[in-house]
This record gives sequence, structure tokens and C-alpha cells, in this order.
Amino acid sequence: MINEVIFMKGYGLYVWSAFSFTLISFASLYMLIKINLVKEQNKFAAKFGLLSKEKVKVAKIQSTNREILVNRISSKI
Amino acid sequence: MFKILEPNKIFSITSKATKYIFFLFIVVLCIGLVEALFLSPEDYIQSHSVRIMYVHVPSAWTSIGIFLLIALLSIISFIFKNKNFSIIAKSLAPSGFVFNIVALVTGSIWGKPTWGTWWAWDARITSMLILLLFYSMYILAWRIFSEKENAVKITSIIAILGLINVPIIKFSVDWWSTLHQSSSVNILSESSIHPSMLLPLLIMTAAFSLFSLLIFLMKYNTELIKIKNKGLNRL
Repeated sequence: MINEVIFMKGYGLYVWSAFSFTLISFASLYMLIKINLVKEQNKFAAKFGLLSKEKVKVAKIQSTNREILVNRISSKI
Repeated sequence: MFKILEPNKIFSITSKATKYIFFLFIVVLCIGLVEALFLSPEDYIQSHSVRIMYVHVPSAWTSIGIFLLIALLSIISFIFKNKNFSIIAKSLAPSGFVFNIVALVTGSIWGKPTWGTWWAWDARITSMLILLLFYSMYILAWRIFSEKENAVKITSIIAILGLINVPIIKFSVDWWSTLHQSSSVNILSESSIHPSMLLPLLIMTAAFSLFSLLIFLMKYNTELIKIKNKGLNRL
């Protein structure tokens, strides 16, 4: 039973390599996009931290700015 | 007209949706993998090598579908000068590009046991390779042109030109005598594929679509944060 699943009558190498390539490609793309997203979130938070109190008030009016900061915390958890 | 699609309005949805889409993708992918690798029957001619179809076909479908969407969004963005459509199109490209590579590589792996060769300059395979070139040009153009106006124009032209290739991919197996088999799944006419093989194929297609949606949302959020970063400079 296990042998049939692994070797698949001689086609195992082809089948498993096709599925492995697909899953590795997915994982690589996901990691790459995630790293870029976290990098931009951190950049945004660092810039936000340097703003004066008045500018922070203005920036916080926009809901998107608040969302970015909240999501940065939740993605770290 | 397109006020509902304004970035500020949809960011709260797109930023929260990723974790739910990720969870759903993992569940559907696991079901699809069990169906594709263990539960679906082997083919009476191709034996177990037919299982490659469950990653090859959905990735080809998804990459073509994403390119169609990119071209459509580019046309709308070109006509209505709506920048958000170009951001959406840009965010769709990475997953389409990877699905195109997966379709070509898994097709090549499938070709060896069935045709006896890794590669053939067959009409379907060559047109899929041309699609990959269009994807590469589209992604590169966004990187090369730093001025947004130029980037939007050039990428729109690339996407619209690439659109010509899509019907060629679809009908290549009918127009030319090719190594590649004609389609077994048809929406308008009766499909020649057995339901026991159609089910895992549809589940894997759903999983791949969810993955492309996940990548799109993450990339779209990244692009919006980039814009907001520039906005902070202007305060």
C-alpha cells in the first residue's frame, strides 16, 4: 500500500516532483510577499514614530493609517 | 463611478481578510491533495502520471484567468484614468507569473512519461511560454519605470498586447496539430473527463484561486502602505 503511494507504478518520481515544485513555489511566493508587506509596515511605523504631535493627530484622522498600525501589531503576534 | 473601490474604503476589508483566506486555502488545499494523490483513480492509459494534471491544469487556468483580469483592468484604467485599477492589476501579476511557471514546469514533468520528452515547440506550450514573457515584461516594466504615469501606460500596453495571445492559447489545440491533448473540461459542451477526476480537479482549482486571492490581497496591502508612506512625507 505505502509502496504503491510512493512509487506509483514507476511514476512516483514525476508525480511527487510536480507536486513538490508546486508547493515550494507557493511557499516561496508567500514568504516573499509577506516579507515585503512586513518591511513596508515597519517602514510606515518608523516614519509615524518620527512625526510631531500635531502631525500625528492629522495622520490619525485617516482610518487607513490607523489600520496599518493595528495590522502591524497583529501580524507580529 | 468607481468610488466604492477607493483604496481607503477597501483597505480595512483587505487587511483583515488575509487571515481568513489563508485558513480557507489551507483547508481546501489539504482536501484537494488527498483527493488528487490518494483517492482519485489512475488513468487506464497514463496510469498514475495523470495525477500531475491536478496541479498542471489548475495552474494553467489560473495564470490565464489572472492575465485576462490584468488586461481588463488595464483597459479600464487606461480609459477612465483610474489609478486604483492599475494598483489592482499590478498586485495580481506576481501570482499569475508563478502559476504560469508552475504550469510550464509541471507540464514538462508530465511530458516526459507521456510523450517521452521534457519539451516540445508545440503550439500550446509555446503560447504559454509567450504568456510568461508578457508576465515578465509586465512585472519588469513596473520596476523599470519609476514615474507612475509612464509605468501605468507601458504596463497597460503590455497587458493589452498580451491579450491577443490568450485566445491563441485556448484554441491552439484546435487550430494546429499539436502534441498537447485538446481540452477535456468544457463549460459550453459536454466534458469528456470522468466525475471521479473532475472533482479533485475542481477542488485544486478552488485552492489555487484562493491562493492567488491571498497573494493579491497581501500585495495590494503592500502597495497601499507604500502610497501611505509617501503620504506621511507630505504631512
